[in-house]
Amino acid sequence: MESNQRDSLLVYCSEGSPDAFNPQLVSSGTSYDATAHTIYNQLVTYNPGTTDIAPALAESWQISDDGTRYRFKLKEGVNFHGNQDFTPTRTLNADDVIFSFNRQRLSSHPFHEVSGGRYPYFYSQGLDQLILDINKISDKEVEFVLSRPESPFLAILATPFASILSAEYAEVLQALNKLEWLDSKPIGTGPFRFKRYEPDSYIRYEAFANYFGGAPKIKDLVYSITPDAAMRFARFSAGECDIMSNPLPVHLRIARQNKLNILEVPGFNVAYWAFNVEKPPFHDVKVRQALSMAINREAILKAVYDRQAQIATSPIPPSSWAYNKQVSRVRYNTQQAKQLLTEAGYENGFTIDIWAMPIQRTYNPNARKMAEMMQQDLEKIGVKARIISYEWGTFLSRVAQGLHHSVLLGWNADNGDPSNFLNPLLSCASARSGNNYAKWCHPTFDQLILNASQSSDIEKRKEYYLQAQALFKDQAPWLTIAHANKSLLTQPDVTGLVISPVGNVEFDKVSFDKGKATPDEDTN
Amino acid sequence: MLKLLIRHGTTLLISLFGLTLLTFVLSQRGDSALHIYQSQHFMGQYLEYLEYLLAGDWGYSSIHNRPVLYDFLQHFPATIELVMLALLFAIIFGLTLGIMAANRRGKWLDNTLMGVTLAGYSMPIYWWGMLLVLLFSLTLGWTPVAGRIDYIYDVPPVTRFMLIDSLLSQDQYGFDAFFNALLHLILPAITLSTIPMAIIARMTRSSLLGVLKAEYIRTARSKGLSQQRIIWVHALRNALIPILTISGVQVSIIMSGVIITEYIFAWPGVGKWLLEAVSRRDFASIQAGILALSLLVIAFNLALDLLASYMNPRLRRPS
Repeated sequence: MESNQRDSLLVYCSEGSPDAFNPQLVSSGTSYDATAHTIYNQLVTYNPGTTDIAPALAESWQISDDGTRYRFKLKEGVNFHGNQDFTPTRTLNADDVIFSFNRQRLSSHPFHEVSGGRYPYFYSQGLDQLILDINKISDKEVEFVLSRPESPFLAILATPFASILSAEYAEVLQALNKLEWLDSKPIGTGPFRFKRYEPDSYIRYEAFANYFGGAPKIKDLVYSITPDAAMRFARFSAGECDIMSNPLPVHLRIARQNKLNILEVPGFNVAYWAFNVEKPPFHDVKVRQALSMAINREAILKAVYDRQAQIATSPIPPSSWAYNKQVSRVRYNTQQAKQLLTEAGYENGFTIDIWAMPIQRTYNPNARKMAEMMQQDLEKIGVKARIISYEWGTFLSRVAQGLHHSVLLGWNADNGDPSNFLNPLLSCASARSGNNYAKWCHPTFDQLILNASQSSDIEKRKEYYLQAQALFKDQAPWLTIAHANKSLLTQPDVTGLVISPVGNVEFDKVSFDKGKATPDEDTN
Repeated sequence: MLKLLIRHGTTLLISLFGLTLLTFVLSQRGDSALHIYQSQHFMGQYLEYLEYLLAGDWGYSSIHNRPVLYDFLQHFPATIELVMLALLFAIIFGLTLGIMAANRRGKWLDNTLMGVTLAGYSMPIYWWGMLLVLLFSLTLGWTPVAGRIDYIYDVPPVTRFMLIDSLLSQDQYGFDAFFNALLHLILPAITLSTIPMAIIARMTRSSLLGVLKAEYIRTARSKGLSQQRIIWVHALRNALIPILTISGVQVSIIMSGVIITEYIFAWPGVGKWLLEAVSRRDFASIQAGILALSLLVIAFNLALDLLASYMNPRLRRPS
């Protein structure tokens, strides 16, 4: 490879093929990675490496006093990409924003049914109910009207599904009668222009010279799709990729030994052990507390996560602004656990089921192993545990039906707002039909998180969340186990890469630093 | 010859019937929205299914929002490229090793070669591929780890055969892109060809040894012909017939091997596509993939049967 070509081409070895080139249509992280921050932009985004909201396509915004109207002022001179069939004649305006949301929101919209007509994120967040209307105030101003105050709304708009598409391109496609090209030949405002996708092989992008945030330093970006983690690591080791996604704990250990570059942030996720409080003996809070105390999480962290995680004390990770530092960590204490069980009237112990998820996830690389370790710990306090597992789809549907006793699961946040953890996982509504697998419905807790969602004062919201976490800890519907790290491996000469806690990888500031160009050099 | 064609045609029809019936039943159980049938009855629906297949409507992938036949055709050339090279390796090296072993029967070379082929035959393909990568790509740095071509070569797909497409992009890169693509093919082709190569080598050896005992070889020897001439000219043609027959089985071995090989080497062929479809529960793609690969195996077997019959007139007349 000649050095001048090498300097302008960045190869990212990714873990899978995207399901679509429009983040509105999908909900997988792999698809988001390949689209939302390369081809597209959203109205707002996060400050690099944090979960603080920052302007993106919107220059500024105003929220009405009652919290139901969000008015965004759009940036001037934001250019769209072009391709063989489309040359943009204008810059971004309010029509594009309205088009992007109305396509998902209105079943009468000409593009609503195109490419399957499913918008998983939009509907799962209940945005069809929340967004009443979107008004064009002027070419550069747009207003969202909500049915109720919803303070996480800004954070929701920073999520990939809220990417802004070109309304002008849609018009051209209507004239060509090729509506589905909107999703397969994407046009966005992002730092990279889509060039070619060879299914299951690679995605080729080229830098967008007229990007409003300044042209990227690299000219070509290739996502090399390599699903097998061992092969991905081999490609990285041979220098075929500049950046490797989703390394396994063993790769990180090798990388550390060989002083390779590891980019690591605490992940915005949580792994937990939920007790089904509708089933005895878990209806008794003392039992839940006793079982929580009986588990040696330090050992789990070492054996299951290879120390690429931290012990979770709250459902919300410590990097969140609403994290409650005062909540104390549950201490591993077999004696005290036994005593609590005796107090609850279970001195002779009992038998429970632990449902262990069958697949690997960032938040839990090996639930089966975790369950086996827990089985041994529980035996010490006289509790017998059976481990149960099904095929992933069956597992989730059975857990949703509440057929489980207790379950090992987890959650990856899509946006930086604490409500993204507490509402879907622990609210009363989600206990009835949702992801609240502890089936735990506590009226006070529910009121606290509802108050927090509807308040627009961040200090007040924080206060509600702090109280909610304390109450959660006291009631122990889950044992929170770990927040796993998100990591990437990079070659020594790659600089400027930022990985956000919610997992977005952004390449617009990436360049090659020739001073660090020899891989043999010790760069750490 | 007509009788032969009828006989093979009947076998083909029975195989096709069984295969399509199976995929039809699967399609009923998996994703019910694959096709919409007019008929209420099972056989009626089956016939409609055949009509759809013949019309090129192999179902629609709800995951990719595309007809599955389109996806299949996109991936097929990559698989063909790999399988052809692997078959070429298997035949050339398998025959050569088999002949060498037969030539030195009972000597150390024979024993060594047979030991090696036994090892090759029993090697788990996944582990073997990784081992090759470790040695040739990571330790020696001679071959690339995975993929079809280096990304510095931006080769637009025209025929979707990388060796051809890279030559078409010659104006831009000269022959560099072609050699680079060839280099990428070597390790996956070796991985895929190892088991068939070992089988062919062992078959060649035993078949050749059998033929060498025949009367006409003894006659040839008494005429004073050299060992090389006897083997290459007189014995090999007859020894090839059972090898050809067994090659039909090799095709199905290669087809199952190709799924694993493509996955290991991130090779964007039908095998990897099928595996991805399984992991995404994309029933339409799974069925189409299985149907297409099975059809290919059947077609190959038929062609090889016909070729063997052509080479050996005795096979044409069933006794």
